[in-house]
Amino acid sequence: MAQGPVTITESGDRTLVLNMGPQHPSTHGVLRLILEIDGETVVRLKPEIGYLHTGIEKTCEAKFYQQVVPLTDRIDYLCPLTNNLTYCLAVEKLLGLEIPPKAQWMRVLMNELTRINSHLVWLGTHAMDLGAMTVFLYCFREREDILRFFEMVSGQRMMTSYFRIGGLALEPPLGFFDKVKKFADRFPGNVDEYEALLTGNPIFLMRTKGVAKLSAEDAIALGACGPTLRASGVDIDLRRDSPYTGYENFNFKVPVSDGCDVFARYVCRVQELRESIGIVQQALAGMPEGPVKADAPKVVLPDREKMKTQMESLIYHFKIITEGFSVPAGEVYQAVESPRGEMGYYIVSDGTAKPYRVHMRGPSYANLQALAKMCEGYLIADVVAAIGSIDVVLGDIDR
Amino acid sequence: MHSFASAVQGAKFDRDELTIWVAKESIREVCAILRDDTGCPFNYLADLTCVDWYPSEPRFEVVYHLLSIPKKERVRLKARLDGSSAAIESVTSVWPSANHYEREVFDLFGVRFTGHPNLKRIMMPDDWEGHPLRKDYPVEGYR
Repeated sequence: MAQGPVTITESGDRTLVLNMGPQHPSTHGVLRLILEIDGETVVRLKPEIGYLHTGIEKTCEAKFYQQVVPLTDRIDYLCPLTNNLTYCLAVEKLLGLEIPPKAQWMRVLMNELTRINSHLVWLGTHAMDLGAMTVFLYCFREREDILRFFEMVSGQRMMTSYFRIGGLALEPPLGFFDKVKKFADRFPGNVDEYEALLTGNPIFLMRTKGVAKLSAEDAIALGACGPTLRASGVDIDLRRDSPYTGYENFNFKVPVSDGCDVFARYVCRVQELRESIGIVQQALAGMPEGPVKADAPKVVLPDREKMKTQMESLIYHFKIITEGFSVPAGEVYQAVESPRGEMGYYIVSDGTAKPYRVHMRGPSYANLQALAKMCEGYLIADVVAAIGSIDVVLGDIDR
Repeated sequence: MHSFASAVQGAKFDRDELTIWVAKESIREVCAILRDDTGCPFNYLADLTCVDWYPSEPRFEVVYHLLSIPKKERVRLKARLDGSSAAIESVTSVWPSANHYEREVFDLFGVRFTGHPNLKRIMMPDDWEGHPLRKDYPVEGYR
């Protein structure tokens, strides 16, 4: 990339190179975009990433399988539970472990609350980027409730590590389901409030309709995924197409739009909020009874009570903590529908207690490649709308 | 289809996942055939990464995860590369989305992709020495 401020293109027109980010409020983290502009129009856009690269994939290779779970929270920090879920499912697939029904339903419930949490942050910040300040306050009001639910089950608001290999960390506390039920009954009304502020708002419509268009062919070729792909008219949702952790038991619609623009992505995500709360309702209504951890003493840590009273449990506990558990050699790729699209974990095991290779396929990393195509030919102000519409999380891109 | 058969070095079906080993010379050709297949077009590159089997040879395995959006099927392709000449043809001409993935593998493993339009480091600074995800690169970095 040319570093000088002014370059001459082939046609002889003068274009300007403008640096946007990494410390720009609308880039949602440390994303740096190098824009080549002709007046106000974007001619070319190149993303520069790596400012948050922490080498998590390398760190995983030095940890026991169970020690990787807290690392996964920190990748896509807006949906920590989805990261936990993807990693746990991948390791469970390697181990051939069966998860009890209650743990599966709790995973669905928490995963959908995570999706709502993530979409609320997206909606609030996206609207604020486009000048609608109030929506942000409304969204964070509901997000606060969800973070309290996370705190109730795991003790943490964001870096939950609630899903463990073989089930859940703990039983949900007493009164948890009642509180979630109250929230789920109220939430569709809250979505109506957001929509009242935005969906018919003429300023919002002017900033989003027909902006940053991405055709279905381009979206597939450039690897876009999740709501970005569905808003280009491609009907794909891994929860429905390749169900995991019991999603086959739930009824939900997959919102698809062929608008291909920023507004279509907004509509898809807002519809997903409504579908997700429907799944939460179904999970609450049908929550099975039973244990929340698999019966696999060599993999799952024993209860504290048993550990303090039974010799055998104490030995298992000691062995898991000090030497981990070995996982049969092999490889798996587990894909999960995260709020941003296909989140995939590719894990290679060599039969020891530490993963030989862990690779995270981040949905934001995939969507970022489509950003250049979306923005070319539009105005600088539309770049802000486009970034918001693909919902980037830089922790997920740089890992 | 003839070239496809001669390019396949092996296959396995393990834990409901299909893996096919492909000769490194024909990776781009095989990818193009799979993408354009009429019965089950693997039109989406879900992931591209690499595994380092140091010190054994062939050292690197480049791993491609393909998804067929119409048929909802997945397949994993693998190509083995020697450590001394770790280079393979780029698949950016088949799926433009391979661009960033191949840059990442180049950056972190030092595998070169011939025919890539912009093969530069993506995560690490341009003047970084070494390739961090190689197994002979210490976890704590060079001190």
